[in-house]
Amino acid sequence: MSLSVQELEIKSNQYRQTIFTIIKDSGAGHTGGSLSCIDILNVLYNNVLRVSQETFADPDRDRYIQSKGHSVEALYTILADRGFFPLAELETINNYRSHFVGHPTRKVNGIEQNTGALGHGLSIAVGMAIAGKKDQRDYKVYTLLGDGELAEGSSWEASMTAAHYKLDNLVVIIDRNGLQITGTTEDVMGLEPLIDKFQAFGYAVRTVDGNDVAALNALFAQAPFEEGKPSLVLAQTVKGKGISFTENAVVWHHHVPTDGEYALAMQELAQASQKLLEPAPIQESV
Amino acid sequence: MELGLPNLEEFGRTLVRLGQADRDVLVVTSDSRGSAKLVQFGKTLPEQIVEVGIAEQNLVGISAGLASTGKKVFAVSPACFLTTRALEQIKNDVAYSDNPVKVIGISAGVSYGSLGSTHHSLHDFAALRCINNIDIVAPADNFETRAVLQAAVESPRPIYIRFGKQPMHNLHAAGTKFEVGKAITLMEGGEATDVTYIATGEAVPVAFFAAQQLAKEGVACRVISMHTVKPLDKEALFHAATHSRALITVEEHSIYGGLGGACAEALMEAGISLPFKIVGFPDEYTVTGSQRDIFRHYGITPEGLAKTARKLLG
Repeated sequence: MSLSVQELEIKSNQYRQTIFTIIKDSGAGHTGGSLSCIDILNVLYNNVLRVSQETFADPDRDRYIQSKGHSVEALYTILADRGFFPLAELETINNYRSHFVGHPTRKVNGIEQNTGALGHGLSIAVGMAIAGKKDQRDYKVYTLLGDGELAEGSSWEASMTAAHYKLDNLVVIIDRNGLQITGTTEDVMGLEPLIDKFQAFGYAVRTVDGNDVAALNALFAQAPFEEGKPSLVLAQTVKGKGISFTENAVVWHHHVPTDGEYALAMQELAQASQKLLEPAPIQESV
Repeated sequence: MELGLPNLEEFGRTLVRLGQADRDVLVVTSDSRGSAKLVQFGKTLPEQIVEVGIAEQNLVGISAGLASTGKKVFAVSPACFLTTRALEQIKNDVAYSDNPVKVIGISAGVSYGSLGSTHHSLHDFAALRCINNIDIVAPADNFETRAVLQAAVESPRPIYIRFGKQPMHNLHAAGTKFEVGKAITLMEGGEATDVTYIATGEAVPVAFFAAQQLAKEGVACRVISMHTVKPLDKEALFHAATHSRALITVEEHSIYGGLGGACAEALMEAGISLPFKIVGFPDEYTVTGSQRDIFRHYGITPEGLAKTARKLLG
């Protein structure tokens, strides 16, 4: 069952509240990156991926590999909401012997692969996609990479392989928020022109506002974008999206909110939520 | 003692057999099918070989992804590159993520002796020993090669196996049992053994011939093929150490962190002390030449190992 755009927007708002809360409560986390990619995860897990708690062991399930493992709070939030585990379990994040650690691990129900070291997820996803082709299964493999992560050469090795084997069952998503821990991606290690690079590596490339659930919803429905080519979604996002003072602020890469910041963020998100719930204005008849 | 095939050749032949028996057996190569003796595999089972080009990190990551779907994946590349360039992928994507990839290091040790240190793998045991959830095996002959591959294809655990390029003597009697983690005794020295050689991989026959020489002089020798460097067969080690006057480990590896180091750690912790020598490659720029030249330079010959034993026995 697909969610409407309004329902997705309400979910994104709730997820942002959860992300901010679990980072505040656990005292650690990657705030900016989780807030930039949560709309993508929202659309994927609610409307696109054919996977659920019941079908997680099914060989035909769609697979999602989060190569930018540090944004794990976004992944935990969506998996809890999708019923892979109770939300209350997230209270143990980062605790002694909790399996909810600061990067994804398979010990958490719903997580496909252990990630965290950057530049690994795409190769793993390519392997899964090759297996799908060999076994003539119709699952798709989705993987989310950070933009700063693209400095890792292994991502480009994997991209060559994806095109070489015509993996149109692979959807690579770039969370192009433009920032990394030290500053802007273009200051740290220039990535542009990214579209040209991905096209040259053999992808069918589409750009999208990665914080616009309606646009994401429409775009993912079109994958594969071209037969015989891996699909690449260059998702233009805002790091720290949804809270005025975290947006586009380098410091929020892994800053933990203070009590004051937390209260302010929750207030902003509650106001945004209120707005989403307001009934649409009735059109006056002419 | 009959000379068999190079273990790499036996590896290539065995994989064709395993691949024919099970369509889920896949080989992933990094432009290495010729060096790995997998040309026949590629011709016979073209749907079961995945080429990734010269990209070892990608090789291991892709292999992990394939293995996660239930494929029985052999990730094959020269040991020198595979266990260094792709070490992080072995650590995270294979071992930590528990994807049971069979990581195959070809032309290991100083098989590429004359090509220089870029092509030597004298670090692989040490690098992998401190990574949780991966077994390490260096087969000594064609029998151990066949046996470990059969074990690996059936095993749900990640494993690293290294192979060399030289023809190897068939060391084992018919009916010998093989199990990962269980050493094989090639020569029994009895209760009053003078010296035990514990060797692994292509150093095993050298130790065996050294023991034969010493036996002629009346020195009672035991020879153990410790094909599995991890998990170490401590039972065999402790039995040998408590029934021998001296113990010598032999490996085609740095003297640091490999078989000798593993044995020393285990013996010391168990409170077992005896004259002990680690024979391997010292901490210096390794000389170049053929594998045989390099072995001779560092005393890994029957004569050299016999001399080491005599010195140790006093």
